[in-house]
Amino acid sequence: HTHTYIQTDMKLKQLESELQEVAAFTSPKILLEQYPTTPHIAACMLFAMETQFNDVAGKAVADLGVGCGILTVAAAMMGSHYNMGFDIDLDALEIARGNFEEAEIDVDLIQCNLADPLPVQPKSFDTVVMNPPFGTKKNAGIDVLFLERALQLANTAVYSLHKTSTRKFIAKKAKEFGVSMQVVAELKFNIPAMYKFHKHKSVDVEVDFLRFSWD
Amino acid sequence: MLLLAHNMLTSHVKGVKNGYPMLLKVNEIDEKEIEFSGEFITRMLPRLQWPVLVQVLKDIGKPDLVPAEVPEDAADNEDFLKAAHHALLELDIINGELECPESHMKFPITDGIPNLLIKEEQE
Repeated sequence: HTHTYIQTDMKLKQLESELQEVAAFTSPKILLEQYPTTPHIAACMLFAMETQFNDVAGKAVADLGVGCGILTVAAAMMGSHYNMGFDIDLDALEIARGNFEEAEIDVDLIQCNLADPLPVQPKSFDTVVMNPPFGTKKNAGIDVLFLERALQLANTAVYSLHKTSTRKFIAKKAKEFGVSMQVVAELKFNIPAMYKFHKHKSVDVEVDFLRFSWD
Repeated sequence: MLLLAHNMLTSHVKGVKNGYPMLLKVNEIDEKEIEFSGEFITRMLPRLQWPVLVQVLKDIGKPDLVPAEVPEDAADNEDFLKAAHHALLELDIINGELECPESHMKFPITDGIPNLLIKEEQE
């Protein structure tokens, strides 16, 4: 058992170190809540999605609010066969594309507004992964809107990050959407002081890594 | 944008009842090599609209890449799976245009990325 654990631990570390290469936003946009997902969190997420649930390797995976693309790079490294990333912001999509070229992975990118109805046939993907805006700025409710869109797209499971403080509310929404919700992990999301209104150097936010599915 | 994506995309213009499939016009297309997985194609087949793939291949001047219908033995038919793989995953639309079949709103594909923002949202 120890041996397996060490091997697993090494694979996760390797994934995280490869994700260090992925470039982040050059000039993040406050209204879009563009906080980059760290290599550590992206690695933990995709590693768990594959090793605990077999939801990545060989699958079609969509990334809503793809941003710089780190979750999709991690998905491809865990063996996803087809990836599509959605974002409203062309600047982010261009950074993402650069990251995908660097990592030598093929990803379809779509520029669209995820607050609108999705321009995609329902249930086109196996798995959806996302780090949605937390909806704490001027866009309250956007996190639940992303979740609703993601559930339309996925056949098997949706993986998402939500503030731990909203867990009860998200659980209620999951029930309304007819899916079960599982807390895969509790994470600390370090949000660096990227924006002028942040008084502190950085702030830790407690975040739930959630899995939604129909089982 | 791959033809697998074209098969998935649909027009979301307000008031449009039948926005699928989007019409595709191609100005520049790249061919690339993607690792073949018959298992993946078999997984995707039930979600695909095969006649839409057949038609769009005609529209972009690449007819006859795939048979008109999915053969009954698709999952064991390596020739078919390889042809489907090539059509769906190896033709990359770099520049062109998607068009809503009902409202005829046009959406440009630039450097491989379709801009599906509704016109009032486009700059």
